[in-house]
Amino acid sequence: MATPTLDKAEKSGKGAPEPGFADSPYIKVTFRIRRFNPEVSEDAQWQDFELEIDPKERVLDALHKIKWDQDGTLTFRRSCAHGICGSDAMRINGKNRLACKTLIKDINPHKPITVEAIKGLTVLKDLIVDMDPFFQAYRDVMPFLITKGNEPTRERLQSAEDRERFDDTTKCILCAACTSSCPVFWNDGQYFGPAAIVNAHRFIFDSRDEGGEQRLEILNDKDGVWRCRTTFNCTDACPRGIEVTKAIQEVKRALITRRY
Amino acid sequence: MSAETSSAGVGPVEGVSLYDVDNPAPVIEPPRKRTSKTPRTTRTNFELYGWLFMRLSGIVLVVLVLGHLLIQLVLDGGVSKIGFAFVAGRWASPFWQAWDLIMLWLAMLHGANGLRTVINDYAEKPKTRFWLKNLLYTATVFTVLLGTLVIFTFDPNIR
Ligand code: HEM
Ligand code: SF4
Ligand code: FES
Repeated sequence: MATPTLDKAEKSGKGAPEPGFADSPYIKVTFRIRRFNPEVSEDAQWQDFELEIDPKERVLDALHKIKWDQDGTLTFRRSCAHGICGSDAMRINGKNRLACKTLIKDINPHKPITVEAIKGLTVLKDLIVDMDPFFQAYRDVMPFLITKGNEPTRERLQSAEDRERFDDTTKCILCAACTSSCPVFWNDGQYFGPAAIVNAHRFIFDSRDEGGEQRLEILNDKDGVWRCRTTFNCTDACPRGIEVTKAIQEVKRALITRRY
Repeated sequence: MSAETSSAGVGPVEGVSLYDVDNPAPVIEPPRKRTSKTPRTTRTNFELYGWLFMRLSGIVLVVLVLGHLLIQLVLDGGVSKIGFAFVAGRWASPFWQAWDLIMLWLAMLHGANGLRTVINDYAEKPKTRFWLKNLLYTATVFTVLLGTLVIFTFDPNIR
């Protein structure tokens, strides 16, 4: 148990801090979680959990507390707990975020905090969705280096400027926060979605890569970049601060300038 | 409290859950999800041209539509001036004929392509898509042809 949550709880005496005490960091927070368990019911329902928690903790810590202390059936994904594996994207107070990067104090803990699965993908249980369609779109843009000719005997060198060209899109952790915030994707899962385009951008603008033309052709199709309506939901959602809409726009521009 | 009413998370039938581990409830799948069988690229530039056309026609429409509204509804006594004589007078000039013709074609194609986008977004079943688009294209062709016919064959002496 490496979480700081438990240490703090021991020091101050579990459950002891009273809401009125100004020097106690603990406050009472209600988490309203959208539960779904196909083995019990076909309907999802909201369930409230109350807990005493330091508002400087993260939503992930609260989910852990609920799962470990209150209801072991609560189901969610997390791995690294530090914003790098991309497994705990969820819809918190109506906005897609990583539970492990969202501090409770930053999202108004005085009202119930809603937590639900990301939208546009099949909910399998509680906060867990089927990520297959998401990764299928990722695979379909060929997110790997494509080159012609013989392999060089040394590293493929690149200038600092050339590296800078696609730096922003290298930061993606494939959390799906952007794709599952996109209204076009909600209505039609055939759309590649922002994350796939971001990862195509990563290679299209890499000077060492020679598969850009192929990727542009894929994204030029009816389910590609032209379906983007520039709503900026993806840019707002990205926990890595990637300018997602801008990346999509750059791919559109590359397609147009390639023709004229 | 009786046992029937207090059991949590039960299905609708007499306090017994309809579902269990071996017989889970159906999950709600999103519309038209992507699979490895999703068709690959068609290698045309249709969507690119559609996207460009929306923006270029939009720029021209700003002038045409706002000008049209200004002339028809605001200047010279507003709507009350519009009548057979007003239309006949304007269409006597090739300039206004061209204005109205271009506006008709651009607005219809722009609106039709916009609605095509909306259908692509919201129609889930291939059949629904097919019929909605058929209806849209039929209505568009009909309106464009009828409008063009009227602009070119308008007879001010008809009575
Ligand atoms: C006044 C000047 C106009 C401008 C500047 C303009 C511009 C645009 C642009 C840029 C789009 C594409 C939006 C996107 O891809 O996200 C669009 C969509 C659309 N436009 Fe126009 N437009 C104009 C007039 C009209 C007119 C007169 C009609 C009706 C005949 C119309 C109907 C539509 C429809 C139905 C859409 C699709 C809506 C959607 O994608 O959600 N527009 N317009
Ligand atoms: S672009 Fe940002 S929001 Fe989208 S999958 Fe990558 S890290 Fe997540
Ligand atoms: S748990 Fe890894 S990103 Fe949040």
